Amino acid sequence: MQVNCPQVLLKNRPLGHPASFDEYRAGGGYEALLATVGKRTPQEVLDIVVASDLRGRGGAGFPAGRKWQGIPADYVGPRYVVVNTDEMEPGTYKDRILVNADPHLVIEGIILCAYAISATEGICFIRPSYESDAQLLERETQVAREHGFLGQNILGSNFSFDIHIHRSAGRYICGEASAQIKAISGVRPNPRKGGPRTSVKGLWDCPTIVNNLETLANLPGIVRNGPEWFKSLARSANGSGTKLYSVSGRISRPDCFELPIGTPLREILFEHAGGMPPGRKFKAVLPGGASTFYMPDALLDTEMDFDTMHKAGQRLGTASIMVFDEATCLVGATLNLIEFFARESCGWCTPCREGLPYVRELLRRIEAGEGKEEYIGMIQAMTRVMEQAYCAFAPGAAAPIESLFTHFADEVHAHISQKKCPFGNPPPTLRGKACGTRPISFGPTPCPEDQCPI
Amino acid sequence: MASLPEQLEDELHALITAVAHPQEAAIDVMYALQQHYGYLCDEAIQYAATLLAMTPLELESLATFYDYLYRRPVGRYVIHVCDSVICWMFHQDSIFDYLCRTLGVPPGGTTEDGLFTVLPAACIGNCHNAPTMLINGRFYDRLTPDRIDAVLAELRTATEEPARCK
Repeated sequence: MQVNCPQVLLKNRPLGHPASFDEYRAGGGYEALLATVGKRTPQEVLDIVVASDLRGRGGAGFPAGRKWQGIPADYVGPRYVVVNTDEMEPGTYKDRILVNADPHLVIEGIILCAYAISATEGICFIRPSYESDAQLLERETQVAREHGFLGQNILGSNFSFDIHIHRSAGRYICGEASAQIKAISGVRPNPRKGGPRTSVKGLWDCPTIVNNLETLANLPGIVRNGPEWFKSLARSANGSGTKLYSVSGRISRPDCFELPIGTPLREILFEHAGGMPPGRKFKAVLPGGASTFYMPDALLDTEMDFDTMHKAGQRLGTASIMVFDEATCLVGATLNLIEFFARESCGWCTPCREGLPYVRELLRRIEAGEGKEEYIGMIQAMTRVMEQAYCAFAPGAAAPIESLFTHFADEVHAHISQKKCPFGNPPPTLRGKACGTRPISFGPTPCPEDQCPI
Repeated sequence: MASLPEQLEDELHALITAVAHPQEAAIDVMYALQQHYGYLCDEAIQYAATLLAMTPLELESLATFYDYLYRRPVGRYVIHVCDSVICWMFHQDSIFDYLCRTLGVPPGGTTEDGLFTVLPAACIGNCHNAPTMLINGRFYDRLTPDRIDAVLAELRTATEEPARCK
């Protein structure tokens, strides 16, 4: 299964430990960099990346080369590469797997990007729950530095570049490019609206390229083997490269799989991830994290690539596939997602700060069996308001709600007409009471004695 | 203001000089002070503000924004229980209830012996091992009541200094 697909990014994962510098070198690592520094011009590298049609793996799918071209050609002064390893999208853990499989692949990718855009400094932005990855990258960048791949005059050329690690203190919004730049600058990370792109005016007002870690890890392969090779890896007609699909939820083998981009969802779930666990029946997936639309069984043959998903009215997002089975209440799941979004909203703009708690309250009532039919229209009206927010956060949060009503309206109506959750979930209440006399039953059944006011 | 150990002063100085703009070290400095004081007390905020040439208010706006900076006293081990959708699917809320009940604390509360604080957390990026929690930078996978009991027992007897965050 997995072995039949070319492993580019996760080639060294079978080692079972982060590949060392020597192990990476033995597999052809840093050859792309050696063939580049002092031998190709930055423009040539940029042209290769543009020709490869490498698209951002962080969710939006913007072509990386075109993002880099956004830097004003006549700009004189520092330029930065920011490596986005915030990865707080629920269901996503691919970057952690990737860094822990092959840290030097990531480091080489960052250096190649820096070379193409003539950057002097790279910043890895890492979330707090990935502290061990931060330490790993600190250790391995030091190794790369000792071998002359980082620092002043890399490989004897006049190209100087270094990487340092920036530890975040943990908020979902830091994954947004302009918010991440603010977070690095030590100010409260509210996304900015309008204004110049970060490639024109980013960190410390200098041109800054913010790319997802997986995007940059593709660069050594592209530069070494050429854009045609990269395109040939894809399954979809217009796609390019491989993609890390992280699968979780009700599935036999939840794991991160590297597959050709454009692999149909059905194949990922039922061949690579082992299908549904015994006794479980498939209901839906969220194909790319919490900010994407539910996909029912009828859409499972869609190829998982940016354009093909877009055509099907879906979003590829981070390609973190979350699987829900027939026994899982999707109103409850959507409520959980909205609880997440309402809590993680940075609170800067009104549609997001006010819209999400409003939707959350209505969903809580529906899940508790106190819903009314008119709530559906009220929620839908509010999701349209949420589209007006500053950044992609609130429109992303609207995606699961909209698709809940499109594909699973019956389930919502059942909650309203039966005046309870048809799956037997208890009404949503504050969890984690410190007292109570009966043992906690595991599963979706509440303990009525537990209604004490803590 | 009581003076800090010389080693910590050196560490803070190193953090600030490692970056071109001192503000960039704001989070790292606060982490280091949090590690020293056990949480980000007012004194720590004041001290960080002086070091970074920022106002206490600016630092307050960061400290109150982030999940892993604690402005109130916390236990020696802060238990971040993931409550996002995959863990929810595996009855994370029961896990959360079980933890709170076992330790006798509400969410955000600290046990009387000062060992544990329980907090809900946004997805911690360990979904293939749901339900899961994070304690001092370490993931605990596929939680069950028995597993939680074992983890708590292990931490109660652990003597190594918890590495909260750097």
